[in-house]
Amino acid sequence: MATLPPSPFDRARRNRRTFIAMIGVGLAMLALGFASVPLYRIFCQQTGFNGTTQRADAGVDVQQATGHTLSIRFDSNVQPGMPWQFHPERPTQTVTVGAKSMAIFVARNMSDRPVTGTASFNVTPTQAGAYFTKIECFCFTQQTLQPGQEVRMPVLYYVDPKILADPDNKDTQEITLSYTFYPVEQGQKAG
Amino acid sequence: MTTITADHHGDHAHGHDHDADHKPAFFQRWFMSTNHKDIGTLYLIFAIIAGIIGGAISGLMRAELAEPGIQYLQTWARFSDGPSATLDQAYHLWNVLITAHGLIMVFFMVMPAMIGGFGNWFVPIMIGAPDMAFPRMNNISFWLLIPAFALLLGSTFVPGGTGNGAGTGWTVYAPLSTSGSAGPAVDMAILSLHIAGASSILGAINFITTILNMRAPGMTLHKMPLFVWSVLVTAFLLLLALPVLAAAITMLLTDRNFGTTFYDAAGGGDPELYQHLFWFFGHPEVYIMILPGFGIISQIVSTFSRKPVFGYLGMAYAMVAIGVVGFVVWAHHMFTTGMSVNVKMYFTAATMVIAVPTGIKIFSWIATIWGGSISFKTPMVWALGFIFLFTVGGVTGVVLANGGVDDVLHDTYYVVAHFHYVLSLGAVFGLFAGFYYWFPKMSGKMYNEFLGQLHFWVFFAGVNLLFFPMHFLGLSGMPRRYPDYPEAFAYWNGIASHGYEIMAAGMLIFFVNLIWSLAAGKKAEGNPWGEGATTLEWTLTSPPPFHQFETLPVVD
Repeated sequence: MATLPPSPFDRARRNRRTFIAMIGVGLAMLALGFASVPLYRIFCQQTGFNGTTQRADAGVDVQQATGHTLSIRFDSNVQPGMPWQFHPERPTQTVTVGAKSMAIFVARNMSDRPVTGTASFNVTPTQAGAYFTKIECFCFTQQTLQPGQEVRMPVLYYVDPKILADPDNKDTQEITLSYTFYPVEQGQKAG
Repeated sequence: MTTITADHHGDHAHGHDHDADHKPAFFQRWFMSTNHKDIGTLYLIFAIIAGIIGGAISGLMRAELAEPGIQYLQTWARFSDGPSATLDQAYHLWNVLITAHGLIMVFFMVMPAMIGGFGNWFVPIMIGAPDMAFPRMNNISFWLLIPAFALLLGSTFVPGGTGNGAGTGWTVYAPLSTSGSAGPAVDMAILSLHIAGASSILGAINFITTILNMRAPGMTLHKMPLFVWSVLVTAFLLLLALPVLAAAITMLLTDRNFGTTFYDAAGGGDPELYQHLFWFFGHPEVYIMILPGFGIISQIVSTFSRKPVFGYLGMAYAMVAIGVVGFVVWAHHMFTTGMSVNVKMYFTAATMVIAVPTGIKIFSWIATIWGGSISFKTPMVWALGFIFLFTVGGVTGVVLANGGVDDVLHDTYYVVAHFHYVLSLGAVFGLFAGFYYWFPKMSGKMYNEFLGQLHFWVFFAGVNLLFFPMHFLGLSGMPRRYPDYPEAFAYWNGIASHGYEIMAAGMLIFFVNLIWSLAAGKKAEGNPWGEGATTLEWTLTSPPPFHQFETLPVVD
């Protein structure tokens, strides 16, 4: 059935309405693009996606030790060109799943000027990230080392016993905790 | 499908017919155009020029890859980086070439030709509209492309890290594109994408408004030709995907220039976030490039089989389904970033699901041809070539969809072969099919049938010789994006480079045909294809009047 063609006035108004709606859709997708930055961070923190480790307060009930042991390997890096030496005191630790453990990392400023650094971290295999819980660490706090100064930085952590029930972690016998120090440039704020 | 009575020559239209063909003067007509057919022509000319540049770049790459070792790169680097160009600058030039080839072919050849060119020309006519909904915005969409293209080409002459030009790959991954590429070249390339994106978003809104509001009386959504359906779905994909790319590359710009750390682990960011955002845009983008091709092929197959398309509604909603599912499969481009088995399983399964609506389309085309009264005119042989080659590319796509298999094949020439079969052979065959199909309508002249057939066969042989050996190279482990390779890969690379030569010869035939037909082609009738051509454009003269449908056609 052919209906009467709409008047040019009606058509212009309908076109304008569609235009505004479509601009709205475009702007919503643009906003979603930017909103993905916090959303992605929250997603990684909640799920341990990509080896994001979990955090717990110092006063947390420490889990019961289970009797199962895991090897934890510590990996340390500095961004190329950063004049620091950075290494774990011991490269590996054997820990009981569920028990609180402490590792010490040592950083030393090898240059003759003060250098400020900040560290990022993750764990491998990535599916273990959801179970690697840190109670205290030096992640994302800025450290300023005077020329020649050396600091010992503790990491207090435990491996959540729920890892033993996760089929994806059935063959996980060693978890590597990796830190990388980046220089913080003068006047630049770290995220 | 539908019978159409278009009586724009009816009595009541007489008062306007004198004005219907009144054209403005040259400058006003082509530089300030608001006429969808003229803007479509501008888009097609633009796409042909960009295609020549992008195709020439791939010729440079095939010349360098014809033999192991570095043959020409350092010589070429002297043009872009000065007489003392180092080997590192030569390698950088390689990265610039692959980046430019990808960006030009995607944003400045396929998209302008498919959507801007054929979309502008035929969507309004096919739905019985006098023009696009927003003719002046249409003009802006086209003219935004010019500065965008100029920025991309200009970036080749300014520093981009190791040498001149943006050498990031078309994906512009961080951190190579942030801390890895000092200098203004990458900023210019990113700005170029911003502008080209804005152009496409405006164009998409224009198409959506036109198709939803401007249809002739009786032209319901379910009577629209499949090409219009394909452009409608494509426009929605553009509108939903491009703003995300805009956000992603805006953050690249601020990371590069204003000290933010969205993609920089040093400040708590994550370079992988960029990959997620890019492919959330990038996967729909590949459907943006191929869906209008699906539409064109449907029109052609139906016309030259003298049958309505088999399963019209299934064909339309298969495209909708491809568009919807295309938004939830993006991470199959990132299988090697270390995702868990469950995530891989999801993206593998979701990707394979797309083979279902795609299969519906392939089988429906075959069913349309089946039992038809087939004439193998040039557009039809290109359409059949499309169906065959796109199926080959689709099958390797299903192979690559497997997360486990992709661990081995990721970033090898197998992937290069796959996406050139679906794009370079799929989308481009669709473009040529559409070009030959609508050339008589657009120009009013017939193309030369012999040259068209010859173009097809030479081009078909060339591209298959060019791209099929890449499957073998990829399966034996040759990585993509390198200018050099060990002796073991020499044989098939040599064959591929010869394939390029044959393909280039085919293109020469195309240009001879184009020039000859425009100059001396036979005059085309309003409908040169006979009773199989049922859509509204064939009810008009060839070329159509400057303003068509002063009185709207009635579809019943």
